[in-house]
Amino acid sequence: MDVIMEALPALGSAWGLILQPVVLGYLVLGVLMGLCIGVFPGLGGIAGLSLLLPFMFGMDPILGLALMVGMVAVVPTSDTFASVLMGIPGSSASQATVLDGFPMAKKGQAARALSAAFASSLFGGLVGASFLTVFILVARPIVLEFRTPELLMITIFGLSMVGILAGRIAIKGVVAAGLGMLVGTIGEGASSGDLRMSSYDFPYLTDGLKLVIVGLGIFAIPEIISLLRQDRAISAEPQIGGGWLEGVKDWFDNIWLSVRCSIIGVIVGVIPGLGGSVVDWIAYGHAVQTTRDKSNFGKGEVRGVIGPESSNNAKEGGGLVPTLLFGIPGSGSMAIFIGAIALLGSGQIEVGPAMLKNNLDITYSIVWLLALANVVGTIICIAASGGIAKLTTIRFALLAPFLFMIISFAAFQSGQNLMDLAALLGIGFLGIMMRRFDWSRPAFLIGFVLSNPAETYANQALQIAQSRFRKGVGEGIDYIFTPIVIILLVITVISVVVGLRQAKNILAEGDVKSGSKRAPFVFLLIITGYIAYAFYDAASIPAFSRDRDFPMFVAGVSLLGCLALIVRMMLKPETDTIFADRELVGEDADATHGLWPTLAWFAALLGLTALLGFILALGLFLFSFMKLRARISAVYALVYTGFGIAFMSTMAWLLNRDFPPGLLQEYTQLPWPFN
Amino acid sequence: MSTLKTTRRVAVGLVAAAAATFSLQAQAESHAMDMAGKTVEWIIPFSETGGSAKWANFYAPLLSEALPGQPTVVVKFMPGAGSTKGANFFQDQQFEDGTTIFGSSGSTQFPFLLGDPRVKYDYADWNVVLASGTGGVAYLPPELAAQMDGMDASALQDVDFIYGNQGATRLDLVPTLAWEMLGLNVESVMGIKGRGDGRLMFERGEANIDYQTSSSYLSGVTPLVEAGTAVPMMTWGALDDDGNIVRDPTFPDIPTFKEVCEATEGCETSGEKWDAWKAFFIAGFPAQKMVFLPNGASDAAIATFTDAFEAIKARPDFVEISENRLGKYPQMTGPAAQKALESGTSVSPEAKEFVVNWLQEKYGVSLN
Repeated sequence: MDVIMEALPALGSAWGLILQPVVLGYLVLGVLMGLCIGVFPGLGGIAGLSLLLPFMFGMDPILGLALMVGMVAVVPTSDTFASVLMGIPGSSASQATVLDGFPMAKKGQAARALSAAFASSLFGGLVGASFLTVFILVARPIVLEFRTPELLMITIFGLSMVGILAGRIAIKGVVAAGLGMLVGTIGEGASSGDLRMSSYDFPYLTDGLKLVIVGLGIFAIPEIISLLRQDRAISAEPQIGGGWLEGVKDWFDNIWLSVRCSIIGVIVGVIPGLGGSVVDWIAYGHAVQTTRDKSNFGKGEVRGVIGPESSNNAKEGGGLVPTLLFGIPGSGSMAIFIGAIALLGSGQIEVGPAMLKNNLDITYSIVWLLALANVVGTIICIAASGGIAKLTTIRFALLAPFLFMIISFAAFQSGQNLMDLAALLGIGFLGIMMRRFDWSRPAFLIGFVLSNPAETYANQALQIAQSRFRKGVGEGIDYIFTPIVIILLVITVISVVVGLRQAKNILAEGDVKSGSKRAPFVFLLIITGYIAYAFYDAASIPAFSRDRDFPMFVAGVSLLGCLALIVRMMLKPETDTIFADRELVGEDADATHGLWPTLAWFAALLGLTALLGFILALGLFLFSFMKLRARISAVYALVYTGFGIAFMSTMAWLLNRDFPPGLLQEYTQLPWPFN
Repeated sequence: MSTLKTTRRVAVGLVAAAAATFSLQAQAESHAMDMAGKTVEWIIPFSETGGSAKWANFYAPLLSEALPGQPTVVVKFMPGAGSTKGANFFQDQQFEDGTTIFGSSGSTQFPFLLGDPRVKYDYADWNVVLASGTGGVAYLPPELAAQMDGMDASALQDVDFIYGNQGATRLDLVPTLAWEMLGLNVESVMGIKGRGDGRLMFERGEANIDYQTSSSYLSGVTPLVEAGTAVPMMTWGALDDDGNIVRDPTFPDIPTFKEVCEATEGCETSGEKWDAWKAFFIAGFPAQKMVFLPNGASDAAIATFTDAFEAIKARPDFVEISENRLGKYPQMTGPAAQKALESGTSVSPEAKEFVVNWLQEKYGVSLN
């Protein structure tokens, strides 16, 4: 009771702080800036907050908070545009949205998908804030119950979602996830810094591949290339069907799903160390498992949009708990947020264990500013969604170069290295092939995202458990088999069993016909070859290093899967589903343009960038693409190019970002933006 | 990366660039650069989320105000390869007009001192204009702290300790070596992403020994101490003007490692082990973060930046605004910064050899 007696006045004074016109004004300003930045894939909150940082120094705390919270809150809302309309996962929060959102857009239901997503986001944000208002008072001891074994178990639970998304042949899904995990282990190991699949002679890979690059490569590039080959608009229908009201109605019909996914979002968000990376997949899995007719998932099922979108805004609220109560940021943007809070006013707000005691009113202000920003952001987004959805009816050849420009820029920001673009192309090619041969790309991505936490937590839990067991068997057992671990274990087992049984119905990659044997077999052999080499590479790390165990284990399991697939391929006839190949029957087979010429355009942009630097290369690329491929007149192509470059330069200038330089820049000195 | 890097806003127009060059030449003679209309890029070789980001974000707006002509100061993050990527990049920069500066940290100094193969930079080429010190505090759970007899830690030598370690060659080598010298049996659990994660591990009861740098200790551990769930064990201390280790001014009531070591049987405050510890302590803490101008910087530029940082230190509100974010530590400029640089980036060959061997034996880390 004491707690509540303290909380109520603080809540009251928080609302008193928030409901000043000037505070609301700053909030709206933050929301608008957040929306503008959030629509760019791969930039998100970090770029936005960095932009605001210089202004935070000595600013009135509540105004600064309104500005920053407004910006952070709407990024998971606005990145939905890219996920739904273009199939580009804007951030880790919207990867699962792509699975059903983009197929809806292709069916001409972009506006419906968007407004269902936004309604869910809004609701998730509000549920999250209400839940937090009470939960934040008792959160600390509960959060501290999540020790390393619990964190490992949640990670494994997240990985078990692969079971649902594995596709028609479960082993293929498992191997795809294993491959994703192996790609995630590339670089320096977390334990003793031993290198996996990389070398100091080629420093790029030692830091590992970034999520932005893998997400864009595996999802966005295959879709862009495929649409471009068919030379049509994203939407198969000339008219956008299903207005925004219909989407809101969809959300209302599934309101309980939305409630449950919001709660999932807050709870997973609250746990420090995992944050956003799993939450949308868990929510997606939950949406699938609780839907009676699963046949539409992957083809444009609105529940597949509502689930993840309800959870990802709620997660932002949950993420405030580790950030404010423990001073441990749940994400990159939260880390900057912590830094920025220290700059506000005279630095009197100190996040960490004392936050609740000293600044409960500020804590509540942040929670409800977040909720309020969600409301404002959602209203703006819904209002805009009808118009923006029309983009899907434009001929795709006119959009594609622009998208290539944006994703190249986003990819480059992750490492500021030309190799970022090469890696994007490489992963993109892998994505194209996985899509072609019906290997589950979501499974790959889940594996990649969870590779790091799985390895770190497994190693740490094992080491601490060993130390406990040395003290006594009872102490060791107590450490590992806590009630939370056992509950999670049961849920995971059920989810895997049920998931595998249902996986055949959920075609994350759509229905793919089978045909000849050779191409799918060659692809499988290449995958097997990489995994075998990864195993060998990990095995050559000295035996006392923990950095070898995880990749060896994953590669070992995946190799068994590959072996099973090879045997099956040898035994089955070529009409078996295992030989799925998109190039034989369907949209890709009937496409106007071939795969290689289309991919060559993108490769050319990369090659030219290496020679001339990004902006000059972009100019050449945009103009020649418009002229030669889209076949529009030279004047229009020139206008398009000029607009594209002006847009890119403004963006980079505002965000203070560099462009990839090329050989030319090594030898000459050019004025910005050509340098 | 292009080797010749100008500020972008200068490049907006050639006229502006020409004017800037002219004024640079004109001003150089009068020993102060006018930086009006320019953008100073402050390269931080870490991500937006670390302690160096906090430090640079604190100084950037103050620096902008204090430099002549009030240029824009932007912090540019260039993380990678344990900060060696950003440092190698800065090594390639030629001095032009003072619009590129670099912020290094203990984590940049350690690979340099240990001869990490990734290091392609040399501190001797750079020009220091500010050196910021910090300190560190080790702490224990109350039941273990109660076993200490005053400053004598001998009773803790039978305890199995677990410590969340960021990496054997990182700043964490200072605490782990100190604990080993005290005869404590500390097992490092690797793979911690930042010291905050280490503290969380301690709070969850998985780790039973931990340390934090001063500012993180003040915000993250002091509340635990007040709540009775953590007890400070010792600080690493601070350096006086003669290079002796004395009590940390931010924590005058907590004994230093030196005092604890003297009181504990088997721990020596002389000999090669102690010298190695002290050398790496100095590199990691009292000279932890420094600001540099690139190779070939003009005297005028060095003087301009030094003056600017001195002006920041002289602000009437500096003590107040810096205490929360940086702690009560010297912010050194001029000869003091130079001295800090020298002590922070040079260790004796014996100390280096000792630590390299120790890392090899204890963690199997090979630096060759």
